[in-house]
Amino acid sequence: MTPASLMAGPDLARPGRLQQATAWRAGGVLALLAAVALFPLVFTNALVTTIAVDTLIFVAAAAAWNIFSGYSGYISLGHAVFFGCGAYTVGIGARDWQLTGLSVFALLPLAAVVAAVVAVPFGLVALRVRRHTFVVVTIAVFFIFQLMAFNFSFTGGTTGVAAPFLVWNPGTYNDPFYYLALAIGVATIGLSWLIRGSRFGLQLRAIRDDEDRARGLGVRTMRVKLAAFMISAFVTGLLGGLWFYFITQVLPQSGFDPAFDLSVALMAFLGGLGTVSGPVLGALVLVPAQQYLTEQFTNDYLSQIVLGTLFLGVILLLPRGVIPTASEKITSWRARRSGRLAGQAAAATGLAAAPPGEPSAAAGPAGKESAR
Amino acid sequence: MSALLRAEQISKAFGGVQALSDCTVEVERGSITGLIGPNGSGKTTLFNIITGYEHVDTGDVYADDRKITNARPERAFALGIGRTFQLTRIFPRLTVMENMLVASQHRGSGRWHSPLARAGGPADRRRAMELLEFTGIAGHATALADTLSYGQRKLLELSYVLVADPAIVLLDEPAGGVNPSLIQHIAAKIRELNARGTTFLIVEHNMDFVMGLCDRVTVLDYGTVVASGPPEIIRSDPRVLDAYLGTTEEDDDEPAQ
Repeated sequence: MTPASLMAGPDLARPGRLQQATAWRAGGVLALLAAVALFPLVFTNALVTTIAVDTLIFVAAAAAWNIFSGYSGYISLGHAVFFGCGAYTVGIGARDWQLTGLSVFALLPLAAVVAAVVAVPFGLVALRVRRHTFVVVTIAVFFIFQLMAFNFSFTGGTTGVAAPFLVWNPGTYNDPFYYLALAIGVATIGLSWLIRGSRFGLQLRAIRDDEDRARGLGVRTMRVKLAAFMISAFVTGLLGGLWFYFITQVLPQSGFDPAFDLSVALMAFLGGLGTVSGPVLGALVLVPAQQYLTEQFTNDYLSQIVLGTLFLGVILLLPRGVIPTASEKITSWRARRSGRLAGQAAAATGLAAAPPGEPSAAAGPAGKESAR
Repeated sequence: MSALLRAEQISKAFGGVQALSDCTVEVERGSITGLIGPNGSGKTTLFNIITGYEHVDTGDVYADDRKITNARPERAFALGIGRTFQLTRIFPRLTVMENMLVASQHRGSGRWHSPLARAGGPADRRRAMELLEFTGIAGHATALADTLSYGQRKLLELSYVLVADPAIVLLDEPAGGVNPSLIQHIAAKIRELNARGTTFLIVEHNMDFVMGLCDRVTVLDYGTVVASGPPEIIRSDPRVLDAYLGTTEEDDDEPAQ
């Protein structure tokens, strides 16, 4: 997220550096949080805050997508199913139970639960196959849901569902949505970070590297994959519900939007698949860029072309994403530098540099992978 | 029957190819049993069946007289059967230590662990380091497994299989593609583990390795057992010479020695 967080790799030569780097990283995160929290107080233009809310929704969505797809390596292009289910849950709930105003927000947990429940049969079917086949199955399931939204009467068919009118001060209309999206985003990133370092996360990453080998070491792969899929769906459904009330309308093609799937995947790929901060960075860059292009050229297709070109560029030049590439560059630069320094120190004092792999180094949880 | 592991009258066909037919293999508790035979004789298929990666057509597998036929791989591992793969399989994008911790979840499984607790408590890490020191790759604990050499990967695979204290370890060509001094190192480690009570079933083409290490050797050919016994008897068995060393057209099945 910040330069400090990129540089916080375990420094074997000098243990003090590790605490210093952790302090820098914590400081960077806090500063960023403060800046994001104050944002709507500084920028009051509704156009700007609308883009900000959109950005935060995608920050959380990309982080949630990454918890499943990034860590397990199962690339889902069906997460719009959860987003749409969340949106329709809030829309239909508010419509049928005649909820208005703030009480509509009470439906958000229900939206999350509905999406997580949908993830169970979806996952039980799709997670039986791997790689490309899995991607194709998720796309197929996605289209089934879009078709259902078009054709059922309780979803309002092609006219979709509209939200009850929200009577708020127009000057600060976006603020509640902003802070709610921010809270969900922060919680999701925190959850992603927790999972990455956990036993559960380690099992997911083992599945990504070699699923059959993981089974042979006692990992109950189906259970682990399904749990991650449900967690990811839960957050995505929550965001779908929030997005619906923000946009005030859901249509089959906007709730179940193929561009949603491509966007979150692109964000994660751009920033760094399977890293905590990568998808966040991707969303922070891509959503404003997309909105800016749409505003500037009024032609929606142009921004799509630019995004598509960007996607190809990322795959071609940075196949692993910005964060892993940058962190590797910095790690090797620091290794060279500290090697030189250690060499000087050894020459000065007549002591050999600490050998790699000493117990203190081994006690660090995950080496450079976890530092991202 | 005191066999720790028994595969009884196993048959398995892939399409029209009969990989195993009526194959019975026993591994005595505390032994190092060798499994040899020409390429395509069904050795790896038998491993896959024992460890749950393939299902049998007919026949049964017993561990400690308990029927475990067609148990899933994660179940077979939980029952104390660890294995390595012929084409060494590790988790390349995890560190060596993380590779070890993937398998460590079964230790002390009596109490419930929060899935969000950090991977590997101090006890797990200590145990992992001990094993890495035992196999001699502890210096690479924080390195990405991808950076290991082929021989080091073999040692890592052996190390993490041992994390869960398996009663029996199935090794698929532990000496394959490894330099002679490392072969000696691996053989010494297997002997040491065996002395501490671990049973081994080893598929290997290196005859010196098998004959020097194993208490018993079972020979497979065309999916059936053609001979079984102590290495000195097997070495001179005409059926084995016929099947394994080949007579006429099996030149390409020569063991790599």
